Amino acid sequence: MKHIKFDVEENGIAVLTLDNADESMNLVSPEFITEFTEAVQRVADDEAITGAIVTSGKKAFMAGADLKFIGSAYDRGMSPHDVVAFCKKPSDMHRLMETCGKPFVCVMNGLALGGGFELALACHYRILVDDPKAVVGLPEVNLGLLPGSGGTQRLPRIVGTETALDVLLSGKTMPPAEALEKGIVDEVVPADKLMDAARAWLATGPDPVKPWDVKGYAPLASFGLLDAKTAITFTMQGPALSAKTYQNYPAPIAIASLVFEGMQLTFDGAQALENKYFARLVTDPVSRNIIRTTFLNKGKNDALEMRPEGVPTYTTRKLGVLGAGMMGAGIAYVAAAAGIEVVLIDATQENADKGKAYSAKVLDKMVDRGKRTRDAADAVLARVTATTDYAQLEGADLVIEAVFEDTGVKADVTKKAAAVIPGTAPFASNTSTLPISTLAEAFVRPEDFIGLHFFSPVDRMALVEVIMGKKTSDATLAKALDFVKQIRKTPIVVNDSRGFYTSRVFQTFIHEGMAMLQEGVLPAMIENAGKMAGMPVGPLQVTDEVSIELPLKICNQAIKEEGDAYTVPVSYKVMDRMMNEFKRPGRKAGAGFFEYPEDGKKHLWKGLAEAFPVAETQPDIEELKKRLLYIQSLETVRCLEEGVLTRPEDGDIGSVLGWAFPTYTGGTMSLIDTVGVAAFVEECDALAAKYGPRFTPSPWLRERAADARKIFA
Amino acid sequence: MPEAYIYDHVRSPRGKGRADGSLHEITAVDLASQVLGAMRDRNELDTALLDDVILGCAQPVGEQGGNIARGAVLNAGYEESVAGQQVHRFCASALEAVNTAAAHIMSGQTDAAIGGGVECMSRTYIGADTGAWSADPWVNYHNYFAPQGIGADMIATLDGYTREDVDSYAVESQRRAAAAWQGQRFSGSIAPIKDKLGDVILDHDEYMRPGTTLEKLGNLKPAFTALGEKAGFDKVGMMRYPQIEAVNHVHTGGNSSGIVDGAAAVLVGNETFGKASGLKPRAKFRAFTSIGSEPTIMLTAPADVTRKTLKRAGMTLDDIDLFEINEAFASVVMRFMNALDLDPEIVNVNGGAIAMGHPLGATGAMILGTVLDELERRDLNTALVTLCAGNGLGTATIIERV
Repeated sequence: MKHIKFDVEENGIAVLTLDNADESMNLVSPEFITEFTEAVQRVADDEAITGAIVTSGKKAFMAGADLKFIGSAYDRGMSPHDVVAFCKKPSDMHRLMETCGKPFVCVMNGLALGGGFELALACHYRILVDDPKAVVGLPEVNLGLLPGSGGTQRLPRIVGTETALDVLLSGKTMPPAEALEKGIVDEVVPADKLMDAARAWLATGPDPVKPWDVKGYAPLASFGLLDAKTAITFTMQGPALSAKTYQNYPAPIAIASLVFEGMQLTFDGAQALENKYFARLVTDPVSRNIIRTTFLNKGKNDALEMRPEGVPTYTTRKLGVLGAGMMGAGIAYVAAAAGIEVVLIDATQENADKGKAYSAKVLDKMVDRGKRTRDAADAVLARVTATTDYAQLEGADLVIEAVFEDTGVKADVTKKAAAVIPGTAPFASNTSTLPISTLAEAFVRPEDFIGLHFFSPVDRMALVEVIMGKKTSDATLAKALDFVKQIRKTPIVVNDSRGFYTSRVFQTFIHEGMAMLQEGVLPAMIENAGKMAGMPVGPLQVTDEVSIELPLKICNQAIKEEGDAYTVPVSYKVMDRMMNEFKRPGRKAGAGFFEYPEDGKKHLWKGLAEAFPVAETQPDIEELKKRLLYIQSLETVRCLEEGVLTRPEDGDIGSVLGWAFPTYTGGTMSLIDTVGVAAFVEECDALAAKYGPRFTPSPWLRERAADARKIFA
Repeated sequence: MPEAYIYDHVRSPRGKGRADGSLHEITAVDLASQVLGAMRDRNELDTALLDDVILGCAQPVGEQGGNIARGAVLNAGYEESVAGQQVHRFCASALEAVNTAAAHIMSGQTDAAIGGGVECMSRTYIGADTGAWSADPWVNYHNYFAPQGIGADMIATLDGYTREDVDSYAVESQRRAAAAWQGQRFSGSIAPIKDKLGDVILDHDEYMRPGTTLEKLGNLKPAFTALGEKAGFDKVGMMRYPQIEAVNHVHTGGNSSGIVDGAAAVLVGNETFGKASGLKPRAKFRAFTSIGSEPTIMLTAPADVTRKTLKRAGMTLDDIDLFEINEAFASVVMRFMNALDLDPEIVNVNGGAIAMGHPLGATGAMILGTVLDELERRDLNTALVTLCAGNGLGTATIIERV
């Protein structure tokens, strides 16, 4: 066996050590399943063997299945029946171990997730190492899947329906203490006592028959709706999931139904049912979309697949951050947390200190929640120097400016920093609106100037939009990407353009929402359409959050600079009237599309009905949902065609991580493939006929539709 | 086609559906049996003339399960030849039971039967019989299930009924019910319920709160806010009705139907039965039917089923003298009256379930009887009875005095 070491101790205990020969992690692969089945059979057949310990030769016990394979099932055209057949081998393997008549104890010497934890559940006893990093859990729901190989069936039979639903539907990973408290593992012991604990349990002569394989096994949930508590649980469950997902994600309801239905069956019946539900999810484009964008493609970007070759790895040890406002303070924190010395500069010491206080606030919260020790938190904070003194930037490996969005102000700080920093250090701007190529003119070495567009709040938003100016060199790009990797964020690389990629496409969402208002669509319907489409908030609400001032300013700037070449958004009139006629710019002003009463919940401004009279016939909600999503996909395609984006996967990653475009679509680009390019073009043509040329598909899209070519081949 | 006639009806008083309700110690089968016994005794009825007893019940499990109608037939001492069946159409069960009895007679396969219903809400609970529609997660998810209270609040939200509007309706229901009891308008049809010693344990509707004021009702907390906002049901409703910004939770225990115990029976037969039993027909069935409507709100069927039944009878709204619609929630009645543009003065003239209570599976037969008594008292001819029911169902019946 290549991936499993099989030893038999003197006492007749077999030790199966999982040790993947090809990878740094143990993975559930077809090869592994064949070998493990063989090992189990040997334990079962060899009369000298009394029981078995399953453990790992790696740091982790075992991660899940090979997502490259599962994530491609949809595109390979696997049918649900193909998937069911594919599931049989692993589920039979788990069942063989469970029923072979010899006790198996799982020794988890490190984390056990997904398929790894499903293997543990099929063992007769679970021992987990006492190490907070050794988390266990079944995160499949977050990938649009369900925990297969009996995971959805063993867990509720071990810990009960309620706890199992919580674990299965949240997909959360749990540290040892929580796993023990929930009864998901049986023992938590220090690393050096793991094997002894396993031997001790085996020495008790445990019964190798699972409770559910004993005749008469009948937990309350097995009575289905005849049990009042079960009935109430599931009466609440379906609607709660419906409200949470707007029915855009098929996995949660599949899991809930599977627990409900499966608990009423024998284990083998339940396993067969699980395989059928699993097959439905694997062959649904939603799981393909989520896995491809948020795991596979994100992983490639995290590994800097797009990094120019031939540039040595650049390590930023000292970072200068200019401007200690919300963005600067956030950038300072994430860098310090990643072990980088940070000089945080602002015009006054008070402002600089305020910026550093943000790090203290975030760290205190982490200490309170037990996520960091006090010492570790203090060490992070000590890495941030708040000052007004540019001389402190001496020796900085990288400087990021995050000062007020004004070319003059930015030029001033850029020059001050340039005078101090090494002649090799790149300089980055965190601007979200100003052209990088223009800002670069203020820097002595424009080829070393680049855009690093962070998102707010910086410590929680994973994306960094890396913007190439006209003169930015490949070496600078490589260095900037190395920094993004150092702070554990996900980069996308785009070329300079008004609003770059993320701001430019996101604006189409709010403009479309405001255009609907202009047409007389009920404001509540616009907001609900946004949420039902999967956006975290409706377009009017998000406009209030950022303030109408911002998009209006951007439009006015563009009109000034580009004149007739600029297509004024259909929503311009709405923005202008809200801003100038009604003086309702947004939330900060306490008045926007919404009212913000001090003593109650915010609600839509009643005056909207008069300002934008409601049309007698209201459109179909499905059409509104499509408009709000499709307009973003169309703009993404334009970005790709114009070279603002160079890879379609960056469109997906940027939309999902940058402004929470719904992951069920896979992102703005994958959405088109999911609908089908031809169908998408046809629907957009129909929308263009009704609502204007902004929906007209480009020749680039039409060609693909005509050739039946997918965007992701 | 033979005519189906109503010869008599009788009902129990309604007891509070709680542990301190007067009927709490009376089992469901006993309650149904006492009403059947009263029907027999007051008409000196030879029960051998009956073909069937059909009882509605909306929670037919436990002591209400296993075909409670047959249990009640035997327990009441009816002839063992009388069959029995139980009907479940949620809140419209008893009206459906009466309609079924009538339909058998009109089809010529039955001479006489009792239709009615029983529900001891103090001895069971709403939702006790569960079922796929509300409790199977795959089904409740894909069908946008929400509890009725959410639907009632959504009607109020969509139609713009304020808390004061629905409370005002409730005050009027209480006023009318109190006046009806004071005027002894129900006394001819109430069968007092007796305990194990034969002593009368309840002879009036004890749920009522005569003298209820708008101010008192205004102090009650909305009943469905937590379910709507915390459990996600408001969002489920808004997925069906995306024009709603937020659900306005206006319904309380004071403007919704009361939880009570009760049973009712309606004696239905053909002309031959009347002759054989020596009883005089009081009314005949003009038409009846049931429909399904949008299941998330689930309470809006009455207007549509009314239109359908009228069409079936070849009648118009103007041909109906009195309307009786079950007061499941105030907004249900208000939507019904608005949709059909009805004069409130001819709708639920003696109050309804908000004041007196709604024993789920028995109410349909109760209000049919109530309106028949009122037609006789006013010397009017026609009435339409309707109820909204779970999962968007609705049933209606038109009767005409003979």
